[in-house]
Amino acid sequence: MMMLEQDTGLSLAIAQIVQRLKGSSLHSQLERQARGSLHKPEIKLDSLKEDIKEFLKTSGWEKRLQNAVYSELNVFPSPCHPAAPPEHMKEPLVYMRKAQGSWEKRILKSLNSMCTELSIPLARKRPIGEQKELLNKWNEMGTDEPDLSLFRPVYAPKDFLEVLMNLRNPNYENGDQPSFRNHLGLIQVPLKVKDIPELRDYFSELGLNTGQLGIDDSTQVPPELFENEHVRVGQTVLTEQDSAAAQQYVRQGCPTALRAELWALILNISNQPEDILYYEQLKSNVIQHDLLVDSLIYKDVKLTASNDDYYFVFEDYLYQVLLCFSRDTSVLEHFSYSSATPPKSYIRGKLGLEEYAVFYPPNGVIPFHGFSMYVAPLCFLYHEPSKLYQIFREMYVRFFFRLHSISSHPSGIVSLCLLFETLLQTHLPQLFYHLREIGAQPLRISFKWMVRAFSGYLATDQLLLLWDRILGYNSLEILAVLAAAVFAFRAVNLMEVTSLAAAEAVLADLSTLKVMPLLQIFLFATVT
Amino acid sequence: SASPAPEPCWMEPPAPSLGHGAGFPMAPDPALCTVRSPVALQVGDVKTDLARPGVAVIDVALPPTQPLDLQEIVFKNSYTAFLTVRVQRRRPCDVGREGARKWVTCLWNHCLMPSPHTEAGSQDYFSVFRHQMLCDVDQVTAVRLILRQPSPVWLHFTLEELRLYPRGQQSLQTGFPSWLSNLAPQQQPENLHGGVPDPEKVSTEVQQLWVLTEMIRANQTAARIGRFDVDGCYDINLLSYT
Repeated sequence: MMMLEQDTGLSLAIAQIVQRLKGSSLHSQLERQARGSLHKPEIKLDSLKEDIKEFLKTSGWEKRLQNAVYSELNVFPSPCHPAAPPEHMKEPLVYMRKAQGSWEKRILKSLNSMCTELSIPLARKRPIGEQKELLNKWNEMGTDEPDLSLFRPVYAPKDFLEVLMNLRNPNYENGDQPSFRNHLGLIQVPLKVKDIPELRDYFSELGLNTGQLGIDDSTQVPPELFENEHVRVGQTVLTEQDSAAAQQYVRQGCPTALRAELWALILNISNQPEDILYYEQLKSNVIQHDLLVDSLIYKDVKLTASNDDYYFVFEDYLYQVLLCFSRDTSVLEHFSYSSATPPKSYIRGKLGLEEYAVFYPPNGVIPFHGFSMYVAPLCFLYHEPSKLYQIFREMYVRFFFRLHSISSHPSGIVSLCLLFETLLQTHLPQLFYHLREIGAQPLRISFKWMVRAFSGYLATDQLLLLWDRILGYNSLEILAVLAAAVFAFRAVNLMEVTSLAAAEAVLADLSTLKVMPLLQIFLFATVT
Repeated sequence: SASPAPEPCWMEPPAPSLGHGAGFPMAPDPALCTVRSPVALQVGDVKTDLARPGVAVIDVALPPTQPLDLQEIVFKNSYTAFLTVRVQRRRPCDVGREGARKWVTCLWNHCLMPSPHTEAGSQDYFSVFRHQMLCDVDQVTAVRLILRQPSPVWLHFTLEELRLYPRGQQSLQTGFPSWLSNLAPQQQPENLHGGVPDPEKVSTEVQQLWVLTEMIRANQTAARIGRFDVDGCYDINLLSYT
């Protein structure tokens, strides 16, 4: 997409990052530090600029700036060609933009009809009494048992899968006759996905000769061989506070004791006083206004996380995070690089007047069935609500949003589905063919795993090892590789089933799986 | 009266794209030219032959009295995999001479889609600059774009929004932010008719400055306001579909 000459592209990227960091709290802190340093004896007037730069380096502020720049580079795509309109950065393919628009319209209609059927407003200011009550039970919202029977989730992953199955490029030869042009799986769009040689190169740190947490820290392996040294390196990375080094490090897995800090370093979350204040502001927004999506969140938590053996203890945390998340307008920024568009409405009585246009919910994200499972695993790592909140928000705007929007991005759910189907078809052709023949298209089973990033399907320690790699590689492709690896692991049983239901049963319980050996075997020990 | 609802920065109107004559201070306007529809090169009967030709040609005619010193070709791809560009140039030795001018290849097999069976690059915007070209592209009188798409899976392929840009002739306008000029290379772009600084370098720098200005202009972010309501009110209608 960045088809400019080298220097212009670089200047553009620099200008963009400077623009985004200007006015950030880091910027004002740096200014303050620089001004404060003027009193120091080592700062001389005739070499002022150099001395201040040296001071910022030794005091660790340059590193913080580096981390902020690194974070921007990871999150935002490279600048587009100047002729490209903003929607091109969201999603370059026109037919995908249209499909996402239609899907969003369906969701809006569903939400609107729920609103009219139940005669519940989309948003309501709480009376003072209710506000006080909610404030008092903020830490135990799980004890509430509101009547949620009339609410239904706006959509479930399988509805979304139906939409993706019907995605077609109008310029592609989608003939009725089976031919090499038609994919044998459910996804029929010709996106570029990596093959095994490319994946081996991309995930080279997961190779057989590299130590991994999740394999080389098992009880049979003496810790002197890998684990001790790996922990030591991790502690050094934390002392240095270097985001880029941390991202490289976690590719081999995080030691449990260091994981929370390492993830925070990679996501550039420092939980400054202003961040805590911001969270408190969001909390007061929740107290003041009641939103229809709150009921959807309650329902989702009750249906999913509360029923899960690992996560039910965190129910209260989930409300505290998700209700605040819905009110957070800073999330709107991610729509510049997401193919999605936030829903819009107008203040009552001011329909069509742009000064009275607002987004709904304030963060523009309508939760679907299973959404709370994105937050649940993080509760194992972070217990302070404002930090837990920021970590989740950053994970969402970097990764999770791609799992429920239609785009051509390599980490988007469409690419992940195609990658999964292609890997399976190429490396387990008999299994793929057999499952197709019995009406059990493999994607029908694995889709829900990938949409939830395997949360709620794997044991928690395994899930966290998987999410280490998502952060380490800044990509969700590992989800598709794991899905294929799971099918490969249970291939023998799957070859014997004769129906979709039986195939689902074989793959119903993933809680005993160890993800790293599965990934290693699939990527590096499979004959290609 | 209510204060305006805060809009996130990405809702700002997009920077007008190149060549719509929106009057940028520094960007040259695209050259006037006639772009013909792509013609598929096919052996055999066009109507009955089922095989896809895979090659098409777009001819661009320039006004004969105004040969172009080509700086940049900009276009939006539409499923073309490889691009070759040939030009006809007016040469001093041609004066008074009749007969066909020679076609010269200035860009050969430039890859737009690295994996022609798949989407990557299929709808992206591209620029090709004069310094990427194989030959001198001054005094161009005609341009021929040869498009290739070896993959048979696509129904159509072409290039859209094709624009040719001449070497910048406008002098720099004043009034852009001062810190921007500090970012730019030390040498101020000068009137090109003076001819003293290397015109190549200068026009590249002008290009860079223009691009930077547009970036800044498109991203006039106010600090995040953080409010989702309008004056404390969030009593809203149903969601709109537009």
